[in-house]
Amino acid sequence: MTRALRKSRLLALAVLALLLLAALPLLAGCGSDAEDGEAAEEPQEQSIARDQLIVATTTSLNDSGLFEDVVLPAYAEIAPDVTVKVIAVGSGEAIAMAERGEVDVLTVHSPAAEQEFMDAGYGTLRLQFAYNYFIIVGPESDPAGVADTATAAESFAAIAGSGAVFVSRGDESGTHSKELKIWEGAGREPSGDWYLSTGQGMGDTLRIASEKEGYTLTDTGTYLAQRDTLDLVPLSPESADLQNTYSVILLDQNRHTAINAAAAERLAQYLVSKQGQEALATYGEEEFGEPLFRPYAETLGSY
Amino acid sequence: MQLIWEGFVEALRLLLGGDAALYQIALRSLWVSGLALTVALVLGIPLGGTVALTSFPGRRLIVTIINTGMAAPPVVVGLLVALFLTRNGPLGQFRLLYSNWAMVIAQVIIALPIVTGLSLAALQQLDVGLRQQIAALGANRLQAFFYQLREIRVALLAAVMAAFGGIISEVGASIMVGGNIRGYSRVLTTATVMETGRGNFDIAIALSVILMLLAFFVNAILTQIQQRERPR
Repeated sequence: MTRALRKSRLLALAVLALLLLAALPLLAGCGSDAEDGEAAEEPQEQSIARDQLIVATTTSLNDSGLFEDVVLPAYAEIAPDVTVKVIAVGSGEAIAMAERGEVDVLTVHSPAAEQEFMDAGYGTLRLQFAYNYFIIVGPESDPAGVADTATAAESFAAIAGSGAVFVSRGDESGTHSKELKIWEGAGREPSGDWYLSTGQGMGDTLRIASEKEGYTLTDTGTYLAQRDTLDLVPLSPESADLQNTYSVILLDQNRHTAINAAAAERLAQYLVSKQGQEALATYGEEEFGEPLFRPYAETLGSY
Repeated sequence: MQLIWEGFVEALRLLLGGDAALYQIALRSLWVSGLALTVALVLGIPLGGTVALTSFPGRRLIVTIINTGMAAPPVVVGLLVALFLTRNGPLGQFRLLYSNWAMVIAQVIIALPIVTGLSLAALQQLDVGLRQQIAALGANRLQAFFYQLREIRVALLAAVMAAFGGIISEVGASIMVGGNIRGYSRVLTTATVMETGRGNFDIAIALSVILMLLAFFVNAILTQIQQRERPR
């Protein structure tokens, strides 16, 4: 008798479960319909309201915390009605996104690609606002003798001839294109067993270099932030061929009407303003003992 | 929409043009996952059999752990394997991090619970009478085990497909412990992530098409074997 009771209860449960299962697609269907509707409307709303600024920036700039700690709080005071969304990708992808009109403003560090972008007419204004130096890091034993070289080209030539491993970003980022330019200057072909191309970001590439006891080219910020967990030391001289310049690029609203050009302009204005330049000149000092960026105005002789 | 269409056209061009790098990546994916699957089968089936056919204290806990393992997130496996293999880690002296071997190890750990759990479940489903019958016919334990494996071959092949599908399509662990190094440890999934990140959607689509074709053919072969003796 209890058994029969249990059986019927089980049956009831099973029926209930089946009913729920049958109802699920209906529920899910409603949900996704509503979402589709929203997704379709959103871009239009944005282009009318212009209350959003999408910044495509390089990973190195974003990972340093400069945007989060300095630029965004300052921008919130300048333009409290604008919500800023920062998308951190390699310079190559950032520029590709800008060409497709998916972002409102670019802050990148890939001069050659930037020039191409401007020549093709996608951008309306390109302003350099910060610079620093790339560094070549490697194992403390320094088998290639990088510490004794005077320029990055010499350093790379020394590495290529030493049999030591070089780990490359290989991701078409600003750092990667800088690296390729240095190889060009060194007159060496970066290929072979000793040349490892990761296709990943700076952090991952640094870790791989550390594991493989190899050399790599890195931006200062990412290296300083991670140096405690890496068996890598900075070895390069502060030579001109390692200079790393960051630019802000305004985009042509005539090409993609959704671009929020007004908000972008206010960001660029802040970055090159006295206030912005002074803020970035000291950024990182507290945490790393040295500033991560130098104001570009410094190279012009005055603010 | 145009982006997707152009991607497919470029994908076809790359596939038919016999892009050497592309096929090298596909072959690497196949051998890394194939090797991991083989190891997982060799270890997992006996393990599943032992847990299914014997009783010991804590058995239910072991089964729970195996079943939880079937749902282990690959990134967690990747993180653990990376921590063990890093130069300063417990297995650091073998210098295995960022190599194909590291990917094989991670994929074995992902596939093993799937193989073990599914073969365990299938063996347990077998009729107790059958087991007694085999024993009565004088089979030793090993013979009896292989006989029972024959009985569950359809379920075993399903386990093989589930495990292979799980690791060939896995990206989190592979990128963490393989490093996606060009010409060395770059596999289909990690290359797809990278090319998407670079905005090279055409190549990313080509890689995805190869990945799906690979999965289709492997599963087609396994399904062929599985469905050979379908009762009519």
